[in-house]
Amino acid sequence: MNIVNFTLVESLLGGLIMGLGVAILYLLRGNYAGVSKIYYNVIFVNKNGFLWRLLFIVGLIIGPIILSFFSYNDLGFEMPNANPIIVILGGLLVGYGTQLGSGCTSGHGICGIGRLSIRSIFGTCVFVAAGVVTVFIARTLEWVVL
Amino acid sequence: MGSFVVIKNFFVPLASGIIFGIGLVIAGMANPAKVMGFLNVFGNWDPSLIFVMSGAIAVSMPAFLISKKMSSPLFNKEKVFNQQFKKNIDSPLIIGSLIFGIGWALVGFCPGPAISSLTQVDGNVFMFFIAMSIGMLVKKGFKSD
Repeated sequence: MNIVNFTLVESLLGGLIMGLGVAILYLLRGNYAGVSKIYYNVIFVNKNGFLWRLLFIVGLIIGPIILSFFSYNDLGFEMPNANPIIVILGGLLVGYGTQLGSGCTSGHGICGIGRLSIRSIFGTCVFVAAGVVTVFIARTLEWVVL
Repeated sequence: MGSFVVIKNFFVPLASGIIFGIGLVIAGMANPAKVMGFLNVFGNWDPSLIFVMSGAIAVSMPAFLISKKMSSPLFNKEKVFNQQFKKNIDSPLIIGSLIFGIGWALVGFCPGPAISSLTQVDGNVFMFFIAMSIGMLVKKGFKSD
């Protein structure tokens, strides 16, 4: 193991801000900021609570645009794996897996762990472990260079 | 009373999404290279994501604790905080999380960052976003209820 690109300050600050978004939605409205479930209910037009979910998703897109007006020097954007087949496969797996496992990094990771749900802590451990193994295999097969 | 409803239905979810999206970008979560760097434990490891999660939980956990002392959300008096959650570790959780983890690691995107990164106006981001939506559609198609 070799530690690289460690951005403690930015990542901790960004995390605190994300937590603030979660706290606002929960304490003021009573909803969980689990992105995969919110987005799912938007694209399949669940009429019960459609508007707030749509606005949250729109906010996810507006947020980075607002930040760009402040010429904030962010941590960049780079896709190490730009092979279209892998990109599409990854998207399919993320869409299917988050719905089957009822949560993603925000739902299980931030909200679930935040309320000390054993189920979410377990789910988070499973997807992180699966991710670590997958990156190792992808590097071994030379699908990606990291 | 009317302004209360506007705050609840418009301002709160929009502000929450905007704040969450800004946090994602500042944290580096919207950069697939950083996410894949975090998962690259056996190579050149970038531990930053631990601090993203720690920071987010450091704020969300007190919020969930405070909610236990409240009768209802501040702008949503007719609602009570949901305390009914699935607690069991079942096979859909395990299999779904495994599948999600594999997809997450292949490209470096989970749902939030994939949506926020649409602002990159990048063909690969768009492709991932469409594929993710189709993946959800496939899951919906399999649902029996």
